[in-house]
Amino acid sequence: MKDWRYWLAEQRGTLVALAIFALMFTIYISNHPAGLTTNVAQTAANKGTLLALVAMAQTLVVITAGIDLSVGAILVLTNCIASMVVTGNAFETTLGVVFVLFVGALCGALNGLIVIYGRLQPIVATIGTGAIFFGIALILRPLPGGTVNETLADAMTGKVFGIVPASLLMLLAIVLVVWLPFCSSVIGRAAYAAGSSETAAYMSGMPIRRGKFAAYTLGGLLASIGGLFLTFFTYSGQASSATASTYTLLSIAAVVLGGVSLFGGRGSAIGAIFGAFAFRAIGDLMFVFDFDALWQPLFQGVILLLAVSIGALGLWRVRNRLEWFG
Amino acid sequence: MSDTTMGRISERMPRFIRRIEPPVAISFACIILLLLFGGLYSSAFLSADYLLQQLKVASFLGVIATGMMLVILLGQIDLSVPWVVAAGAMMACAATAYGPAATLAAVPIGILCGMLIGLVNGIGVAYLRIPSMIVTLATNAVAQGLMVVYTGGFSPRDFATEEMRYLATGSLIPGVPNALIIWAIVGAGMVFVLTRTTFGRAVYGIGNRERAAYLSGVNTRRVVMIAFIAAGGLSAFGGVLLAGYASKAAQGMGDAYLLPAIAAVVLGGTSILGGRGSYLGTVAGVILITLLLSILSVLQMPEAGRQIIYGVVIIAMLLLYGRSPANQ
Amino acid sequence: MIGAEALFRMEGISKRYGGVRALEKAELVVEPGRIHAILGENGAGKSTLIKVMAGVVTPDEGRMVLKGDDVVFAGPAAAQKSGIACIFQELSLIPDLSVADNIVIADPPQRFGMIDRKAQRRLAEAALDRAGAADIHPAALVKDLPLSRRQVVEIAKALARQPQILILDEATSALTAADVAKVFQVLKRLRQDGMALLYISHRMNEIAELADTCTVFRNGRNVATYANGSKSNDEVVEMMIGREYHNVFPPKPPAAVSDRAPALACRDLSWAGRLKDISLSVAAGEVVGLGGLDGQGQRELLLAFFGVLSGLSGEILIDGKPVTLNSPAAAKRGEIGMALIPEDRKTEGLMLPMSVRDNLSFASLDLLSKASVIDSAAEQRRNEDMLDLLAIKTAGLDIPVGALSGGNQQKVVIAKWLMRRPRIILLNDPTRGIDVGTKQEIYALLRRLAADGAAILFYSTDYDELIGCCDRVLVLYDGAVKRELKGDEISEHALISSALNITGNGHSLREGAEA
Repeated sequence: MKDWRYWLAEQRGTLVALAIFALMFTIYISNHPAGLTTNVAQTAANKGTLLALVAMAQTLVVITAGIDLSVGAILVLTNCIASMVVTGNAFETTLGVVFVLFVGALCGALNGLIVIYGRLQPIVATIGTGAIFFGIALILRPLPGGTVNETLADAMTGKVFGIVPASLLMLLAIVLVVWLPFCSSVIGRAAYAAGSSETAAYMSGMPIRRGKFAAYTLGGLLASIGGLFLTFFTYSGQASSATASTYTLLSIAAVVLGGVSLFGGRGSAIGAIFGAFAFRAIGDLMFVFDFDALWQPLFQGVILLLAVSIGALGLWRVRNRLEWFG
Repeated sequence: MSDTTMGRISERMPRFIRRIEPPVAISFACIILLLLFGGLYSSAFLSADYLLQQLKVASFLGVIATGMMLVILLGQIDLSVPWVVAAGAMMACAATAYGPAATLAAVPIGILCGMLIGLVNGIGVAYLRIPSMIVTLATNAVAQGLMVVYTGGFSPRDFATEEMRYLATGSLIPGVPNALIIWAIVGAGMVFVLTRTTFGRAVYGIGNRERAAYLSGVNTRRVVMIAFIAAGGLSAFGGVLLAGYASKAAQGMGDAYLLPAIAAVVLGGTSILGGRGSYLGTVAGVILITLLLSILSVLQMPEAGRQIIYGVVIIAMLLLYGRSPANQ
Repeated sequence: MIGAEALFRMEGISKRYGGVRALEKAELVVEPGRIHAILGENGAGKSTLIKVMAGVVTPDEGRMVLKGDDVVFAGPAAAQKSGIACIFQELSLIPDLSVADNIVIADPPQRFGMIDRKAQRRLAEAALDRAGAADIHPAALVKDLPLSRRQVVEIAKALARQPQILILDEATSALTAADVAKVFQVLKRLRQDGMALLYISHRMNEIAELADTCTVFRNGRNVATYANGSKSNDEVVEMMIGREYHNVFPPKPPAAVSDRAPALACRDLSWAGRLKDISLSVAAGEVVGLGGLDGQGQRELLLAFFGVLSGLSGEILIDGKPVTLNSPAAAKRGEIGMALIPEDRKTEGLMLPMSVRDNLSFASLDLLSKASVIDSAAEQRRNEDMLDLLAIKTAGLDIPVGALSGGNQQKVVIAKWLMRRPRIILLNDPTRGIDVGTKQEIYALLRRLAADGAAILFYSTDYDELIGCCDRVLVLYDGAVKRELKGDEISEHALISSALNITGNGHSLREGAEA
């Protein structure tokens, strides 16, 4: 009967993120000198995909009411590794890709183990592991450099049939292969439940630990896909602390724009993808309006501040002040 | 020292020691271990000069971590530290361009800028109820944007004033760096506020259960906002001191202080969830982190190794005492 | 005395928490097709007993036998597999998941490793139907449901597991009378189906209506098991507290007539469709009760007085003068002098990890300080006064308040407000889930405070309390005052009939509600 209203309520965060993205992208395209060409779409897609991957990784952890401050460090570490092993003939390249993904999953799993069995707060645990991951990246690549299989890199950042950006197809594949199975499995539901109310989930006999472990591990895996992608753009690896901290912070921003609750239990990686693309589109607006590049950080910051303040508008409707405290 | 004072001290010691919480004790034990370890390598590690120099360097982190602790006790977090530190330093230096009066007021001007950013954080967290992690992330970005535009568009002065340099590097009491005295004053103020004032009680209460604090008739929103303003001011003050120490302000100067500040507070036994922790622990955490980084760099450990050891130490120590209770 | 028909037996079960013993060689026999009530004061070991049964707590010693086989539960999941389902006092629902997600949560239907949403929906609808709650939409999020509906979902969730033993721990505490009647029908049907039910409740009338067998616990041991109806209420209560049980409620003084303006009053108070044109007054020295079914606006009314709600229309008058209160901070100020003992001591009344001292002083910091600096000596003195006044049992002022028993925690909540010597005291169900002994002390205290000139407004879900404690009772229904009862008019009969908004002569109302 009114099932669709429940569905709408459930997907509201994702739909809002989609709307913001659509609006920003429309403004961007309508003011872009070239209009919506395949090249413009390809550039936008590639930039958005990288952030979207990291934001998805962050989402998985945030759903369990955690936070992964090491996600940028995993991105950088896997970027450095990819710049060393994703080369050579097809077989070697494939092995290299698998190895990079394995390392990413391993980093995520380590975070998971420390949070679950060490019972540390995720925020401080991942500060620690982030330092470790970044240290390893520095050992591997004290100086920027390395190479990557350029055929693969160009294919992944190029266009399919001359129209569709390959990066978007890859993102779609990841949603289908990683995200959808996760969130409709018992494990995924346990991750949501643990984020929503860990006590209740325990009382209900849910596999909380497996759920959280899967979320952290998959988070690491997605971050390493991001690392691969970064390598495909730059054809090299660099242990840059600025990249690590920027992507960690941007992933949180994208997750928030994507309607994922930082308190856990609510939101979807699809929302985070739209959040990431919306955030990128906002940044790009600067260029089409011919602002001095100097103003870009301020513009992004103000937009972010405004975006998060919009959520506060609901506060004026609160008539029982106890609701302030959740 | 006379016998009677000795007697009184030994009488009081046990109670004093008994009141120290395990995390604080472990942190101090680690500090001593580090010094002994360093002493094996070179006796210079145990010299008064080296220790005073370390305490001086620790003072900058100490002032910043004091603000961070206040916010963490509330169960919040302040991710705007990097650019508040930078903004405090840069604005204080830039003030010198506006005449002698502004030059004299450089330090307060820097602190004021930090308090303004803290005010925005506080309004966002307390009145708009936005999670602190997001608000402070956004204000950090805005502060960064403002600084980039300001330096890019106006190329302001970035040299520290005499006063700033004196605060950071001089010594009013011979042999004792001024920075250390400043940290001691800030720390003593914090201890007083936390243990003896209604504000301090309210901070702990809100950190434990804001709803209960509100229903007890405490103006929780004002308390949270003031705490964020204070944290912003302290971060900026740390930036001013750093600029004085380095003689100039630079854009990225605050980047290296966010995670160490959080780590120092948490290593000192303050719960990241709020409501629990003592300032003595934060002092221990600050010294521990400063000493660790210093010894590693003296041992000529490359940056990579330092990062790894830093991470391992944080996790290992928290596994020792920072664990949440088990499920049953 | 019980032979092979026992479905589940616990023998010599003991459990200690630190130095405190929660269970000491407890025994329990559960038979199929019977409703077995467990009685006892708080801290008697009931909660630990069922936590052991549900696999949440591992006992230190003793054995459990299910259908003749020894069993050991590694966790809640293991107990559920063995057919033991438990409905806990603290709800075990996941707020951000849908009703259907929650109902099938232990073992969702799967196809190819994925959750089968259609099958899940069918299962959920069937379970809701069995629990008598077909009106709840399976796609609704649990956090959007009111508390009483959530409890019904909780029951549906337990039923979805097809348990052999169903444990209900204070499962009706948040239900409205109409829901209770429905749940009772469901439980009786389950008994006919041969299920074994364990029913834990503080409400004697529910147990009298429902149970076949009763077991009384005291100090971690089972002290008596008897057939329902074979003991009088007084005898049962005596077994529970182990002493004579007389005169629960202190005597009421004769109603005084005063021409002074009432300490607290409101005129045409309305709020967000939940409060409708409420007018009432409470005079100094008077204890006024708020009655009615749960969730008829009583809590909102207390919060409205205490400055928590915004967008009120109508007037609040203190000593006859209209005031505007925007926050609890404004409501507690000297000239107003209001105090609210909140509903949930764990989240609204106390900061559990903080010390008894910090909690006791927390509402009175302004009185205990000069220029924001706390006067430690004064604080110590006032805290000790409060410990004495309420006979709070604690090992000291510096231990965490969370380490105290429930009754003593509740006393701390009350004491922290009494420290301000409030003139107007609002109480929101202050005796929920605490033991009989502490309840009696609270009743006596209320009367004493009223005699000293306080105006008391007291909401309770327990009719006996309203009858025994209050000079007047206002019965709320759907956000409006339906009836005012005075003196001898306050009877269970009158309370229930007005609570259900049935006018006229409504004997056999319980039956009426069940029909």
